[in-house]
Amino acid sequence: MTTETQDRAEESVVADDIAVPEAPESMPGLLGRKVGMTTVYDDSGRANAVTMVEVGPCVVTQVKTEQRDGYQAVQVGFIRAKKTNMPLRGHFERAGGTYQHVQEFKVSDLGDYEVGQELRANVFSLGDAIKVTGISKGKGFAGGVKRHGFAGGPKTHGQSDRHRAPGSVGAGTAPGRVWPGTRMAGHMGDRRVTTRGLSVEGVDPVKNYILVKGSVPGARNSVVRIEKQG
Amino acid sequence: MNPTEILKTRPTAQIDEFQPGDTVTVNMVIREGDRERVQAFQGNVIVGRYRDDKIPNPGSTFKVRRVSYGIGVERIVPFHSPTLESVKVTRRGKVRRSRLYYLRGLTGRHARIKERR
Repeated sequence: MTTETQDRAEESVVADDIAVPEAPESMPGLLGRKVGMTTVYDDSGRANAVTMVEVGPCVVTQVKTEQRDGYQAVQVGFIRAKKTNMPLRGHFERAGGTYQHVQEFKVSDLGDYEVGQELRANVFSLGDAIKVTGISKGKGFAGGVKRHGFAGGPKTHGQSDRHRAPGSVGAGTAPGRVWPGTRMAGHMGDRRVTTRGLSVEGVDPVKNYILVKGSVPGARNSVVRIEKQG
Repeated sequence: MNPTEILKTRPTAQIDEFQPGDTVTVNMVIREGDRERVQAFQGNVIVGRYRDDKIPNPGSTFKVRRVSYGIGVERIVPFHSPTLESVKVTRRGKVRRSRLYYLRGLTGRHARIKERR
């Protein structure tokens, strides 16, 4: 990643000019938008598949306190909304903008946050262990082979119509029915998926993206939640 | 925008323009213990091309084939690898396809490539 690091060093000089604010230490994660995947090399020449995620800027829309809400958390908004209904508009008023995606992060020290504060990619630093949650790509109505990894039937020896068949779904007269939860064909994907054990391979607070080592759930341009892990 | 456009990475190596069929010397930095040295690998490009006005994608590679002590050796080289130092063209070859996998089945006089002038 020789060129990478050099590029970043140059950009951080630029960063001083635009003055990227310090990120609060206690912030455990942010919302982001998946940009896409690419390849990055480390100094030994090893190629790593990385996912670029545009993180934030997220804006603090509410600070939840122990006394008033029963727990401590920071509510952040991501991606400006063009249209918002009146109740939500009221809620967003002090944050100075309305947002499409709003989520909370539990935070240990509330002193670092105020409504309207902007959080950027520098919440994360190189090498952070993270997990990423997103909505996986929809696969439509998928059969057992694709959805559950069934082996399907034999390809040869006089088979017809059995190549991707699911096989038996249960016993005979007793129980006389199919057990609930039996794995069958059905809708696949388009559900909430969390990938754990990822790490941060690069951070650019000016262009406001991070590089995540490995893949991240969801299609390009989909919104993901990135959280630091222990 | 895709990540490649945003990162704007370029190969760090000095790379001559080459095409399939060309004979090239690929110089790569290898680490032996705590010592670094440049290792040269000379052979025919069987897949891949490089043009100065076209930056290859970060994951893209080219393949170089040589016959070493009677044994065919192919090396897959990533354009963007930081261990790639330079690629020098020593001979231009005249070939009629872009992937020269047919060379694998040929030996000796049959595996020659005509020179392009």
